[in-house]
Amino acid sequence: MEVKKLICINCPMGCPLTVEMEEGKVTKVIGNTCKRGAVYAKKEVTSPTRIVTTTVRVKGGSAAVVSVKTNEDIPKEKIFDCVKALKEIEVAAPVHIGDVILADVSGTGVNIVATKNVFL
Amino acid sequence: MFEYDVIIIGAGVSGAAIARELSRYQTRICVLEKEEDVCCGTSKANSAIIHAGYDAVTGSLKAKLNVRGNEMMEQLAKDLDFPFQRNGSLVLCLNESDMPNLQMLFERGIANGVKGLQILDREEVLKMEPNLTNQVYAALYAPTGGIVCPFGMNIAFAENAYANGVEFKFNTEVQAIRKLEEGFELQTDTGTFRSGYVVNAAGVYADRFHNMVSEKKIHIIPRRGSYCLLDKSAGKHVSRTIFALPGKLGKGILITPTIHGNLLMGPTATDITDKEGTNTTGKELDQVISNAGRLVNNIPFRQVITSFSGLRAHEDGAEFIIEEPEDAKGFVDCAGIESPGLTSAPAIGEMVAQILKEKMELKEKDNFIVTRKGILDPKSLTKEERNELIRENPAYGNIICRCEMITEGEIIDAIRRPLGARSLDGVKRRTRAGMGRCQSGFCSPRTMEILARECHLSMYEITKSGSGSEIVVGRNKDDWETV
Amino acid sequence: MKSYDILIIGGGPAGLSAAVSARENGIERILILERDKELGGILNQCIHNGFGLHTFHEELTGPEYAGRFIDRVKELDIEYKLNTMVMEISGDKVVTAMNRTEGVFEIQAKAIILAMGCRERSRGALNIPGYRPAGIFSAGTAQRLVNMEGYLPGREVVILGSGDIGLIMARRMTLEGAKVKVVAELMPYSGGLKRNIVQCLDDYGIPLKLSHTVVDIKGKQRIEGVTLAEVDGKGKPIPGTEEFYSCDTLLLSVGLIPENELSGGMGVEMNLITSGPNVNESLETNISGVFACGNVLHVHDLVDYVSEEASAAGKHAAIYVKEGLRSEEISVFAATQEEIRISAAVQEAPAAPAAVQESIRIAAAEGVRYTVPCKINPARMDEMLKVRFRVDRVYKNSYVSAYFDEERVIHRKKQIFAPGEMEEILLTKEQLLQFPELKTITLKIEPQCEKD
Repeated sequence: MEVKKLICINCPMGCPLTVEMEEGKVTKVIGNTCKRGAVYAKKEVTSPTRIVTTTVRVKGGSAAVVSVKTNEDIPKEKIFDCVKALKEIEVAAPVHIGDVILADVSGTGVNIVATKNVFL
Repeated sequence: MFEYDVIIIGAGVSGAAIARELSRYQTRICVLEKEEDVCCGTSKANSAIIHAGYDAVTGSLKAKLNVRGNEMMEQLAKDLDFPFQRNGSLVLCLNESDMPNLQMLFERGIANGVKGLQILDREEVLKMEPNLTNQVYAALYAPTGGIVCPFGMNIAFAENAYANGVEFKFNTEVQAIRKLEEGFELQTDTGTFRSGYVVNAAGVYADRFHNMVSEKKIHIIPRRGSYCLLDKSAGKHVSRTIFALPGKLGKGILITPTIHGNLLMGPTATDITDKEGTNTTGKELDQVISNAGRLVNNIPFRQVITSFSGLRAHEDGAEFIIEEPEDAKGFVDCAGIESPGLTSAPAIGEMVAQILKEKMELKEKDNFIVTRKGILDPKSLTKEERNELIRENPAYGNIICRCEMITEGEIIDAIRRPLGARSLDGVKRRTRAGMGRCQSGFCSPRTMEILARECHLSMYEITKSGSGSEIVVGRNKDDWETV
Repeated sequence: MKSYDILIIGGGPAGLSAAVSARENGIERILILERDKELGGILNQCIHNGFGLHTFHEELTGPEYAGRFIDRVKELDIEYKLNTMVMEISGDKVVTAMNRTEGVFEIQAKAIILAMGCRERSRGALNIPGYRPAGIFSAGTAQRLVNMEGYLPGREVVILGSGDIGLIMARRMTLEGAKVKVVAELMPYSGGLKRNIVQCLDDYGIPLKLSHTVVDIKGKQRIEGVTLAEVDGKGKPIPGTEEFYSCDTLLLSVGLIPENELSGGMGVEMNLITSGPNVNESLETNISGVFACGNVLHVHDLVDYVSEEASAAGKHAAIYVKEGLRSEEISVFAATQEEIRISAAVQEAPAAPAAVQESIRIAAAEGVRYTVPCKINPARMDEMLKVRFRVDRVYKNSYVSAYFDEERVIHRKKQIFAPGEMEEILLTKEQLLQFPELKTITLKIEPQCEKD
């Protein structure tokens, strides 16, 4: 049996959670005060994911960079691959909220999209 | 023939005042400054007080130059367009038993030639300054005491000197001085300079240079003073400069409005060894706050917007040294310039210029420019004048520093004028952009952009206060390896 | 002099939402004055996600959240001026502003909505000792440099303050290639969300040192390092606990202060706890027709609450203007008896004066630092009124109670109250009307289970 400890992020309580796992499957969550804690714990120990927000360079625009995000969660361990993949990217202005800046970032199947308008 | 007749070491307020006075004469002058700008040492971090002149021992150089400097200030502020105001000062006596000391200050002031001194009783003082401690017993009132913008004064001297032909070399640190048969050779980190005469106005470093040429050694201790500056919302808490009766290490902690309407408290007095030791310490800041609270009630300490330290150049003899050493003719010291150095600066300038005039048999120029115009402050204009200015130059309609309401036009002026600003601190000292309650949080990126554009520099080259103090280090993700 | 019905000072989340609401409540002549080069305010630099769950039921980044409101302002054809600094507001609602193209100009407003937001506390406000080199940034300044301009302020970072901005910047700097060595927090708890502690610090192995502060700053030109020390219960550094961290950057995330210089200048009465104006149920200040919302009123934790509050301010400003308009029109053009009757009713209802005698005071007591609003006129309030407040420390398994004079009327349990979170209680008009003599509503935190 494998045991993992984490802190619940759902509210300021920050319940200390203990997750018991057997062969990669969650068998028990202890320490949660509410149901949301158990749901969070199961997800966080089996397939933790994150939205990544960062910037990419813009050419010829009203701003030097544009803010971007992964349009869905990506696996947590891919975060750094994702930002490194954006290092050399430079988009030409104008950029609009929702424009795909990079498709399928780091093989995650998730697109990087602009989160701000940049004008010429 | 040397490239310069006179080299002045140091572009602080003394060096700049000397340069300005000497520039009345037909002579080639150069000021060497190790920092990137004028007003980077003691001159930028002090009480910004124009002392009346009752503190220094009668007959001393300090007493004489203080009173003379004070007298000169009004006209100078007009000629050179820097902010100055006679707000008056009060020395508080909290115990009846200390009255003889107050009386002694009063008599000394009169002997020194200070005008208008009065001893006020408790009621009179409290009527003048209702926020003073209830324990006040009496006070010495000096109506000639004043407040000044120390940067403004220093920069004004330098700009006027420059307009009158004085050269300034920044980022140039004197490392060695060699006496030649006639004149001196100064080795610096940017080259060697020779001149017939040298003026040593090097602040806390003046002993180092003196001791390079003279066997009669002097010794300067950096005496650190820490200050707290309060927001303008607290600026009217007192309207005169409030002192305690002087103690062993100086005049103690004062509370004063500044010329720009903030409230300033300090300084402490700590003798240190590091001549660059301008750090504040928790202990000293606590001391400022507790001592200030003894003189004035209900100081809104929550309104502190910054704290800083300056170093006074305290010579062991506790007196200004303004003379040629016996064994180094042509080398004029201007050493030990601690309080009342700022007040005395114009008089120091006169005195050193007089010494050199006689020695060098200098002749006056017929084209000396007496006046200098400071940076235009749009706040001083009427609405119509201001709109006219904005029509001509829209940069004056663009506020960069929100706290002090400083426009892009003023910042550009600060950069483009002679001896212009090259750093954020340089802009700040000239315009007050970044000097307000947010302490440059909002305006520093904007000011950096203007500096970069005006000086044709990249954002990476913009500094807070010269080389080594760059503000941004690179672009986002620069340090990631490329995938 | 130009005139507008409603002038909104600030085009950030509060100003935008207030403008939209005022227009939706029927006001035509609205003008937003914004000092920056674009609308959106601080949201433009908050590029992380987590905004909008309450308002839009989805997670947006700051610029996206702002974008929704900006689009709405444009759809509704609401006027705005960018790069325009308001220099002064007079008590009779004349606003003096300046920009590059129009110079200094004045505008007369019928109503003003203050929405200037807040600024960060600086190093000086904390009196942190040490040198004053380059490399010390408020977290917001660094955030602007990194997120909007693409510049990295430094490579080795120490952060003081674990509020959300500090935590978010720890992750932002890390993702852009810097090494964040530690986050120090003066208090024994973090003011930030648990989610941010986990996802901004734990994810990247950044340690959080609670009850720690910076006691010295080293480096004369560029910062070379800081000394952290543990603090005692009173926040004083404990000698012997000092630890040196080398770094080239110190970010300060040590609190926000509402920017009320303009409000103070026009005579708005301030609250010493919030540093924002005292307002009534309509979010109106002591000056009739001057409203406040968003972070200029009190520092919020979620932008969704700012939008909600600002929307209420916009609505009340609209009502104020319409009541004024109607009484003007009627006095001149009163045609029918019916209209005169309406007009009389409108004027009898507490139309303009803000500081009406019969207002109920809301007092913040044990555990509650402040409330917004701090007074209510039941006749003017909506059916339901949210009273927002913050607590002074962490309380677990406690109750928030509202005493109507002596009687406890509301007693609601919550597992946790934290100072970093804005709390609220709901008052209904019906409830208040049951207490016609009511003078004061007192809000308290009442601990229940001592063993917790």
